[in-house]
Amino acid sequence: MDELKDVILKYVNAEYVEEGGDPVGFDTPLISGGIVDSFSMVSLKRFIENKYKISIPDDQATPEAFDSVDKIVVLVRRFTKT
Amino acid sequence: MANIGSYEERVNGFDWSVSEKELGYKPGDIINIGWYCSDRICRQGKADKIALHWEGLGGAEKHLTYNDIRRASNTIAAFLQSLGQAPGDRICLFMDRVPELYLGVLGVLKMGGIGQPLYSAFGDESLYVRLENAETSAIITQRKHALKVRKILDKLPHLKHIIIVDHDGKSPLRDREVAFSLEKAAPVEDFDSYPTTAESPSLLHYTSGTTGQPKGVKHVHYSLISQYLTAKWVLDIREDDIFWCTADPGWVTGTSYGLIGPWSLGVTQCVLDGGFSAEAWYKFIEKYRISNWYSAPTAIRSLMKAGDKIIKNFDLSSLRNLASVGEPLNSEAVVWSEKVFGKAFLDTYFQTETGSIMITNFPGMKIKPGSMGKPFPGITATVLDPKAYEPYPETGKIGLIAIRPGWPAMMRTYWNNEETYQKKFKNGWYMTGDRASIDKEGYFWFVGRDDDIINTGGHLVSPFEVESALIEHPAVAESAVVSKPDPINMEVVKAFVSLKPGFTASADLDLEIMNFIRKKLSPLAMPQAIEFVESLPKTRSGKIMRRILKAKEWGEEIGDTSTLEND
Repeated sequence: MDELKDVILKYVNAEYVEEGGDPVGFDTPLISGGIVDSFSMVSLKRFIENKYKISIPDDQATPEAFDSVDKIVVLVRRFTKT
Repeated sequence: MANIGSYEERVNGFDWSVSEKELGYKPGDIINIGWYCSDRICRQGKADKIALHWEGLGGAEKHLTYNDIRRASNTIAAFLQSLGQAPGDRICLFMDRVPELYLGVLGVLKMGGIGQPLYSAFGDESLYVRLENAETSAIITQRKHALKVRKILDKLPHLKHIIIVDHDGKSPLRDREVAFSLEKAAPVEDFDSYPTTAESPSLLHYTSGTTGQPKGVKHVHYSLISQYLTAKWVLDIREDDIFWCTADPGWVTGTSYGLIGPWSLGVTQCVLDGGFSAEAWYKFIEKYRISNWYSAPTAIRSLMKAGDKIIKNFDLSSLRNLASVGEPLNSEAVVWSEKVFGKAFLDTYFQTETGSIMITNFPGMKIKPGSMGKPFPGITATVLDPKAYEPYPETGKIGLIAIRPGWPAMMRTYWNNEETYQKKFKNGWYMTGDRASIDKEGYFWFVGRDDDIINTGGHLVSPFEVESALIEHPAVAESAVVSKPDPINMEVVKAFVSLKPGFTASADLDLEIMNFIRKKLSPLAMPQAIEFVESLPKTRSGKIMRRILKAKEWGEEIGDTSTLEND
């Protein structure tokens, strides 16, 4: 679980935080905080799906579900086959 | 009763002097939008009235009176002058929706500069194209966005100053950078606004076209006349209202109605600087008792998707006038809002080029869900036969939406592109580039664009811009970009890509290309779907036939393929 969190956090900081900008933490609001807008969320969803070989239905891919690294981890675990 | 009263009575014998008189303006007078939106309101005895309730990230709040915004915009104007910025200079505002963005626009207008507000999510390439075209001489920005400016600085010899409004001193200022803080600057109590007149340029808004680079739409101070009146009669803004326009001032709605309209009316407005969240939005409406709400179909559909149950957690009884802009508002959304808010969202229609609302639904008028409504008083709009460029004599026929030139907020030209500007007029009509029909009661019904422009979430994206950026990716040989239907955004960008030898299609490459475009151009321009193909459909002369790709996406007839090159 820790590795999952770390991987996602690293990706978000690399892709969505401007160089030299303040890095986000595990619970930083991403969507409601304006760091990842609704269009960019599509690329974040694509990363998650590619990386963890899951498919997140559109009705589950809500701004609320993607609003922090912690919340994204919950989503990944829900759709990851054990 | 709504401000407009009877639409039919207003239309009869309408003249824009009704707006001029309310604003105390006579032809030939000095008219400066910055002054009208701040100083004039103070002179009316409303200096202590709240002009702006602002909320930002991490719970930050600011509440500014009209005297505060008057003084702050004076301070910015004086600072720009001290740097040597002169009337007519193009001054870009490249910030998130922080107070300095709104106050900065007023400040630029007060010193006679031409404001160039740009969407802060633009990547460095999108930023460069617009700054280069306008030969922008200064940019007011935040430290996080200054990094994008640094990347392109050596290609912008005209850019003299990069003004950073939140410099924290942790790293040194670089070449051409200067720090400015409204909190720390000595407030300028008195500032003589530059004596701009009706035709003095005020704002430059960039809009994408089907071909070529984005165009700078030049507006003038006289646009205030129609922006003021449309805000009053369509958005029904009254003295004690609390107004919220969700649009970013990087787009024309965010300046015409997120700044000029409400502040020239002397009303309190609210700004929420943050991403979309149904809960946050409803909480904001409840907290400030918002009465007039101007938003966009994409946001409305996102609220619908969030469900009706969440609304019950909030007291939204303050809402009185709801309106929508940017793309056609589907009838389901109109019916839904009536059900959950007790009011229908009024669909309104205008463009970057038109500067103010052209065709619209009005408070108090019968609404036909899915219809654009009727022309604003003083606007002569019609639907032209695309062969003859003459109005259809009968109703119900689909043609080109056209408007008789001459309303106050009409663009005056495309910056350094008068030739393209002149092509927007045919047979004495301004051509919107949109198609519609008119029914027997005079209601307009939107059909679609007349060109390849993509309207995603209410913002226009040029396929040409995206294709040009795609071939800069090392793997891409050729591309064609079209719109793809989307239930929330109406349309999204889809790219068909053929790869160079040595590259293989994969999910990773798909994501890499998406991120490449997102960072280079903007999140709006990012293809939300990429299809790797062996080759693109072309005519025998080598022209890519986008319409075949688009027709397949939309489930439409492909049409004539006689010119299609055979394999």
